[in-house]
Amino acid sequence: MPEAALRPAGPAPTGTRTPSEHPDPPREAPPKTPPRGTRSLPRALWALPPVAVLGLVFLYPLALVVRQSLTPDNGGGAFDAYSAVFASHAFREALGTTVWLALAATVGCLLLGFTLALIIAFVPFPGAKAVARFIDVFLSFPSFLITLALLFIYGTVGMANGLWTDAFGGSGGPFHFLTTPWGVLLAEITYFTPFVMRPLLAAFSQLDTAQLEVAAGLGARPARIIRQVILPEALPALAAGGSLVLVMCLNEFGIVLFTGAKGVTTLPMLVYGKAILESDYPAACVAAVVNIAISIGLFGLYRVVGKRAGA
Amino acid sequence: MLVHSKGGRWAAWSLFGILFVPLFALPLLVVVAASFATRWSGAFPSGPTTANYASAVQGESLQALTTSLVTALAASLLALTAGTWAALAAAALGRRGKRVLDALFMLPVAVPSVVVGLAVLVAFSRPPLLLNGTSTIVVLAHAILVTAFAHQSVSAAIVRLDPAYEQAAASLGARPAYVLWRVRIPLLLPSLTAAAGLCFALSMGELSATMMLYPPDWMPLPVRIFTATDRGSLFGGSAVAVVLMATTLLVLLAVSRVRTRASYR
Repeated sequence: MPEAALRPAGPAPTGTRTPSEHPDPPREAPPKTPPRGTRSLPRALWALPPVAVLGLVFLYPLALVVRQSLTPDNGGGAFDAYSAVFASHAFREALGTTVWLALAATVGCLLLGFTLALIIAFVPFPGAKAVARFIDVFLSFPSFLITLALLFIYGTVGMANGLWTDAFGGSGGPFHFLTTPWGVLLAEITYFTPFVMRPLLAAFSQLDTAQLEVAAGLGARPARIIRQVILPEALPALAAGGSLVLVMCLNEFGIVLFTGAKGVTTLPMLVYGKAILESDYPAACVAAVVNIAISIGLFGLYRVVGKRAGA
Repeated sequence: MLVHSKGGRWAAWSLFGILFVPLFALPLLVVVAASFATRWSGAFPSGPTTANYASAVQGESLQALTTSLVTALAASLLALTAGTWAALAAAALGRRGKRVLDALFMLPVAVPSVVVGLAVLVAFSRPPLLLNGTSTIVVLAHAILVTAFAHQSVSAAIVRLDPAYEQAAASLGARPAYVLWRVRIPLLLPSLTAAAGLCFALSMGELSATMMLYPPDWMPLPVRIFTATDRGSLFGGSAVAVVLMATTLLVLLAVSRVRTRASYR
């Protein structure tokens, strides 16, 4: 290898160099490593191609959606589409449904996820490892499978109603909640709880169990250990997982689509309905912009919380 | 160990069983059971059959499976290239630049997938780029949606990378391109394959953006499951869903094998 390459990178070799400026010029080839002065520019240039691609396929389309919502192609002034959409009953109902479903599902996921992760981590049983791995696999399945399964479990002729009629007779069971928001809520809690459990299990695995033993040795009951030792440690993971689930619930589409209920319309469902079923693109774009605003706001919150938690 | 008494431990375990089995284990079991049935009018499915699978691996369903596989493969490769490139470029930038680039590439996660579908549809249904009704637009949307996950997982791995290796290589005279290709990429290989598996699984199950975009001749598996169940053929749909789950699991398993062989460090 050339000797010059071993040297720390010097100033740029130029043809007009004079011996007086550089008393010890490289004897043979000029240095192979790029000179330090010009290095920061190519580094920034390397970031350009991916950003340009992202801009073309993602940021530019998003900008078009925002523009379409403000000045629709089929005429009409700025904010006409907004006032029309905001005035419609369907939109306000979808907005309300989306927000309360997402909040309720997040609370449910946090409670359920915390309880289950607590038992896996601190009251271990044979097969707890396998359960933790099952949780990982669960995450890789699409969400609509849960709704499909719930149709067989709680549907009108499903398992729960079948067991009920077998036990008590009668023509049908009492479970008819699947096509109501409660069915969507159950499916969302089921599907998104693993997203809370994973960071929690990671946080619990870093908790020194000696702390628990000491607390127990000093006479603390399990409830107090959970409240005063485990919960403070789990708080960052809970916050990060909870805000991620909140964003994902706001954006969930598959579960609501498979429920097939006319009574349950969320914002993503409204976007789909307006754009594909009614071909009303301006209205779809307005609903999309509202949906983006809510979820990007919350996602920013998630990033801030996650940064603070070191997640 | 949090609970020391035997009774307390059993109480905790039974609470776990009561919550876990009906919520997480039962749904998957039920879908599998339904895929082998012809009727479900009672507590348990009846009319055992394999006809659902016979139709799930031929004709339109088989076409949907290959469509999904091709889409997921192409989208994962695109996402992996863009995500890795961006992660490597971000690592070379300063603190500020890295934060901006990371935020830009995480943005598609925050935007609802339905809206990503709508945006791609609006943008590429007009000249100069007329992609509406082609398979490219589906692959493109999938790639956009999964790039964030590739980027996140690769940039997390770059942070953990020991700089001593590349410094040693550079001090021995290796040029940056050579260091990247022979030192950094091989060291990143385990996380690259993990990211590829994640992207593939996500793309296989993607429904929201696909529903906005898919042309009739390019119908991926999740859409096929939806149209089947929407028409009321729940058992056929379940069989296709099991095929989808099995394919995803097989690919994830294969990827994790590659990972263990690649992690020679």
